[in-house]
Amino acid sequence: MLKTLLCGTALLALTAGAAHAQVSNNVIKIGVMNDRSGIYADLAGEGSAIAARLAAEEFGGKIAGAPIEIVVADHQNKADIAANTAREWIDAGNVDVIADVPNSAAALAVQGITKDKKRIFLMSGPGSTDLSGKSCSPYGFQWTYDNYAMAAGTARALVEQGKKNWFFITADYAFGHSLEDETTKMVKQLDGKVAGNVRHPLGTADFSSYLLQAQASKADVIGLANAGGDATNAVKQASEFGITQSGQSLAGLLLFISDVNALGLQAAQGLLLTTGFYWDTDDQTREWTKKFEAKAGRKPTMVQAGVYSAVRHYLKAVEAVGSDDPDKVAAKMRETTVEDMFTKNGKIAANGRMFHDMYLAQVKTPGESKGPWDYYKIVKTIPAEQAFLDPAKSGCSLVK
Amino acid sequence: MFDLLGVPPQVLFGQLLLGLINGSFYALLSLGLAVIFGMLNVINFAHGALYMIGAFVAWLLLTKLGLGYWWALGLSPLIVGLLGVALEKTMLSRLYKLDHLYGLLLTFGLALIMEGAFRHFYGVSGQPYPIPDALKGGQNLGFMFLPNYRGWVVVASLIVCFGTWFAIERTRLGAYLRAATENPVLVQAFGINVPVMITATYGFGVALAGLAGVLAAPIYQVSPLMGTNLIIVVFAVVVIGGMGSILGAIVTGLGLGLLEGLTKVFYPEASNIVVFVVMAIVLLIKPAGLFGRER
Amino acid sequence: MATQSKTANIKTADSQTTTIALRRPGQDSTRNAIILGIGLLIALAAPYVLYPVFVMKVLCFALFACAFNLLIGFAGLLSFGHAAFFGGAAYITAHSAKVWGLGPEVSILLGMGFSALLGLAFGALAIRRQGIYFAMITLALSQMVFFMALQLKFTGGEDGIQAVPRGHLFGVIDLNNSLSMYYFVLAVFLVGFAVVWRAVHSPFGQVLKAIRENEPRAVSLGYRTERYKLLAFVLSASLAGLAGGTKALVFQLASLTDVTWQMSGEVVLMTLLGGMGTLLGPVVGAAIVVTLESYLAATSMPVPVVIGAIFVVCVLVFRRGIVGELQARFGRR
Repeated sequence: MLKTLLCGTALLALTAGAAHAQVSNNVIKIGVMNDRSGIYADLAGEGSAIAARLAAEEFGGKIAGAPIEIVVADHQNKADIAANTAREWIDAGNVDVIADVPNSAAALAVQGITKDKKRIFLMSGPGSTDLSGKSCSPYGFQWTYDNYAMAAGTARALVEQGKKNWFFITADYAFGHSLEDETTKMVKQLDGKVAGNVRHPLGTADFSSYLLQAQASKADVIGLANAGGDATNAVKQASEFGITQSGQSLAGLLLFISDVNALGLQAAQGLLLTTGFYWDTDDQTREWTKKFEAKAGRKPTMVQAGVYSAVRHYLKAVEAVGSDDPDKVAAKMRETTVEDMFTKNGKIAANGRMFHDMYLAQVKTPGESKGPWDYYKIVKTIPAEQAFLDPAKSGCSLVK
Repeated sequence: MFDLLGVPPQVLFGQLLLGLINGSFYALLSLGLAVIFGMLNVINFAHGALYMIGAFVAWLLLTKLGLGYWWALGLSPLIVGLLGVALEKTMLSRLYKLDHLYGLLLTFGLALIMEGAFRHFYGVSGQPYPIPDALKGGQNLGFMFLPNYRGWVVVASLIVCFGTWFAIERTRLGAYLRAATENPVLVQAFGINVPVMITATYGFGVALAGLAGVLAAPIYQVSPLMGTNLIIVVFAVVVIGGMGSILGAIVTGLGLGLLEGLTKVFYPEASNIVVFVVMAIVLLIKPAGLFGRER
Repeated sequence: MATQSKTANIKTADSQTTTIALRRPGQDSTRNAIILGIGLLIALAAPYVLYPVFVMKVLCFALFACAFNLLIGFAGLLSFGHAAFFGGAAYITAHSAKVWGLGPEVSILLGMGFSALLGLAFGALAIRRQGIYFAMITLALSQMVFFMALQLKFTGGEDGIQAVPRGHLFGVIDLNNSLSMYYFVLAVFLVGFAVVWRAVHSPFGQVLKAIRENEPRAVSLGYRTERYKLLAFVLSASLAGLAGGTKALVFQLASLTDVTWQMSGEVVLMTLLGGMGTLLGPVVGAAIVVTLESYLAATSMPVPVVIGAIFVVCVLVFRRGIVGELQARFGRR
């Protein structure tokens, strides 16, 4: 674990000398880095580490005699801690691959370092499309979802239902703006229009005034271009102000199952959202969920399932190549399709984006739900090509 | 239909009403801070954390014991108040002989511990707390749809605020309190137990925070971080109102809520900053605050 | 209680001991020279033993804490908004280096200049009040900087400014080499530390101490205390900016973390733990807090709880801090 590296200065002294030496081939070390105590702890957190361990177990804990070791770290949603940990893992800890890293700012920092130092980076948690766009890396793979897929999937479905007039409540920072832009493009492409928008600061507790403006706009759909606590507060207060009852629809552009759990079905019912994975999709997902639940005590989120899928795919490539040389493994990963409980026939594009089918889900009513985590009705499957941005338009320099 | 500066009157009145609702939270919280500051000379940095605990206690009462909102409204401030009494007795009281800044530092540390602990055990996603049945639904006021619950929040906090003001400014107990603030030694000499009075004041101040927490629970998510950012705004409210001034805290709290509502209509990007800008201006013109007196 | 002394500034519990220590310069300087010599040797050798980036982080925070300590320890002013200077400078430095393509030394100086100006503006407002009021005003003002950092375009919102080039020092020395970067950071730290040292041991520092102990008296002696306090505030803000700018180059990143009020709280803790009003205290405190945080990051222990608990313990029973306690124990011989 990281702590043994940090507290044992003597050990550090030994390993620091070998910082830039060859990849150690007698251990395959996977570093699961995410938020273990903050806003994404429920979405990723320890559950992601459990998912990675489940993947390792499928290989009997070792490949070609080399044991698979999993280390974890909490980046506390701070990009500098993430960068520091990644550097230290690679320089002094012989970590071969870094996985998860929710929070795009942290992931962008790690992407820069793994690119420099030629280590594979399996992103399940972060959503910024820059990670497979202008900040792409030959070693970086964006696995589970991205902001475009989440926003565009939901937007398309609603516009196709005839809800063409949109109003946005947008978190006033880079991520919120990009979410709004992506959705606006999709809405306009399908002949919809945008009635207006309002920007709110990050971490707003009270959405009533924004909702009031949204209500006054008479738009069909109120798009929530925000995430986490902001999104859940907005949804909760929308039901309080009778917005959904009066005929306007709410669209959560970036809502996860952990958010729905926090909201409760009473407030969240009827919401449409896009997801990369739902535990109750088929027998395979249910079987894996059973294994996961035995260790974690709850159902997996899509980010956790994505960590499993990505780590498993990586280990399969290592097994096939017979080495953990990052260049060879990355090449192997790209040429193999992803086949597991998470996705069928998933393909990795040149920009590092893993193309897989996404799902449009509607949140169940309290009556329909049989218990905790029984939250989604899958409305339709969004085919991979439609779900994600065309790599050629991603702005990634690796796409020729 | 006429517009005011390009804003339809419905939106304007609606925002003002919402500002009043927010303002009543500010008033309730800054009132607690002002009461504590007046008596103890301590800026209670843990106020936000205790507000959060107030909401969590309500949530725990509901989920663990099945006790609903009306129980929580009485029990939660009581529990938070007792917690405050314990903190005052064991820790804060040791610091009165030192500089007042140590009180600020101590409560800052306590806030970190409380928030950290709740984060550790309950995560940060927030827990849902339902609106009590009796207050569900809302009134159509013509210019906006006012949820009953929000109306209740305004009424309840106004009653509590002015009740407190009355108790401190117009009753015998309040007179002792004010006297003890001015000259504790003399009041002690008259046979009044000042240390007990101080403890009770701190307990009462934080109970107000707990009450605000219960009132907030059905509107916002019950989350460990709900008090973190709010408390800084409330600090600014207290500075603007004049520290230690009871009426100042109430009036400024409500006023700034309204101002924030207006900002949200005309320039929403600045709604987070407006309170601090006002604070800077007030400090330039009247350093002691609007209702404070230079001591 | 003790309402009478409402206007009194913070009197660190160890103020007595420091004044005693300072009254015996002969004895004191020999011991300090030895301590500093040992410290310097450790600092020179550190990158060969420890992970260099980690030590650089410690140095940046140590400088930040020293800057903060100049205010609290020697002028008795508790600023709860120093993150604004630290993080603000980090943004300016990062932007200068990345977008304008300026060299590291110029970028850092620009960041520092920005902090100085910001310090002048904040200081002019904040020194109108004392004690607790001062703390809350600085807190609120720094919160404004936080929201601006969140909303302005050039700061990159929650992504921050990433992939900041370290560049070549004076156009010659490649700072991408972690050893050269380390010695550069060490040099910056030593310069900053020397400035604090000089300021404290100058007539200016003596006046500050006089203000801390008894401001009305300093006024009656004819000192324009406002000016002294403002100058101390600007100096402290500039040095905090120096630390922040350097940190931005070390991590090649400027982010919101550095401007949050939690960061302001952290530097208070470092100084309190190490010893307010002692020269080496903030350095020791920073080293301990940074080490502790990276150690805790890998455990399941909640970091804020541990940090909060240290805070409480320090305030209740350990107000002199580590270095203050050591001075009290061995300094009176």
